Amino acid sequence: MKAPSFAYAKAKSLAEAFDLIGRPGAKILAGGQSLIPSLNMRLAHPDLLVDITGLRDLAAIEMKPAGLCIGALATHSQIARSELVARHAPLMAEAVKHVAHPAIRNRGTLGGSLALADPAAEYPAVALALNATIVLAHRRGERRVSAEHFFKGLFDTDIRPGELLAAVEFPQVERCVFLELARRQGDYAIIGLAGVVSASGKRIAFCGAGGTPVLAPRAAKESTLEAAQRALEKDLQPPADLYHSSATKLHLAKVLLSRAWNTLSKPH
Amino acid sequence: MEHALETTLTVNGQKVTRRIEPRQHLVDFLREELGLTGSHIGCEHGVCGACTIRVNGEIVRGCLMLAVQADGCTVETIEGLTDSRELEKLQKAFHEHNALQCGFCTPGMLMAAQDLVRSGKKASREEIREHISGNYCRCTGYQSIVDAIEETLGQG
Repeated sequence: MKAPSFAYAKAKSLAEAFDLIGRPGAKILAGGQSLIPSLNMRLAHPDLLVDITGLRDLAAIEMKPAGLCIGALATHSQIARSELVARHAPLMAEAVKHVAHPAIRNRGTLGGSLALADPAAEYPAVALALNATIVLAHRRGERRVSAEHFFKGLFDTDIRPGELLAAVEFPQVERCVFLELARRQGDYAIIGLAGVVSASGKRIAFCGAGGTPVLAPRAAKESTLEAAQRALEKDLQPPADLYHSSATKLHLAKVLLSRAWNTLSKPH
Repeated sequence: MEHALETTLTVNGQKVTRRIEPRQHLVDFLREELGLTGSHIGCEHGVCGACTIRVNGEIVRGCLMLAVQADGCTVETIEGLTDSRELEKLQKAFHEHNALQCGFCTPGMLMAAQDLVRSGKKASREEIREHISGNYCRCTGYQSIVDAIEETLGQG
């Protein structure tokens, strides 16, 4: 299908972007790898697309005191190639291998994926497992939201009108693991697991397991795999998709937990 | 409503300036405005890979980029890479291995495969499959496509 009619403006500065996104019916266009399909299928009807891909400052990947800071416009390809990401945010480096296909990875962005908040996507689960900090820019300044408070519901986040997702800060952890089951390399997850171990304990998040990325706090508290798998039944009530029942998804989540367990539980 | 914007891009080495409606995606522009019908349109939502083209040296889904976004960009299509003979070895290998039947996926498949070939990396059959995972073929079962790419990679 063909997209409906809309106006288009490419912001040359952050200030101009804030002016443009304040207009009625405006929508931000980053990599467009989810927005343009939804336009082509006429699931979205913006009056104005504000292309922010010219704001190159938002594509930086740099170390900051709080951890690795990845700009919203960093593409999946950039993240996959980055030595800083491999060294300081290895969970992202593992997860990006599962994100889409080469032609899509060259345009899709970190910020776009998090702002869309598709519950089957990888980055939201990674952000939640690490409780990363989402940096939201506004004309009047910045607001920082932890991933735990960022994902509100199905495709719903804490981004307020006039705000633009600028960057994400990923804290360092001791160990991490990302695993995913998909029908084809690069497809959305049937179920995926992002797990980390830090001084404060384990955190395990799943994608493809609900309306948002879902934390599994009960499973994370257990010290044996068997107990953690049993606890997972209380943590997750995954909705069925076209091909997999809820019970199948829960079973597959337990399979991923068993594969991740060695990394998550080995003694310090 | 008219939202057309003047857009200048370089397509297969030629500079083109047109007024383009923002709603038109890049492959529709190439096919309908420039007559470059080698890039195919399959699903138009980024699943099938038939529209794979090269923008600023990187492969992209032509249906997931608006033509107005290509302002100032360098675009290369199957026509350009055929004329420059960049794809010659790969095209010959596809022919010899019978790596196509109906041919609908072939331009996109060649663009994705060439992306791997020009990277200069050695790739296992599994890595080849991974690199073309975003391109659907409904005829060959992929085996012969992987054979053709593997042979071309082996020639260095």
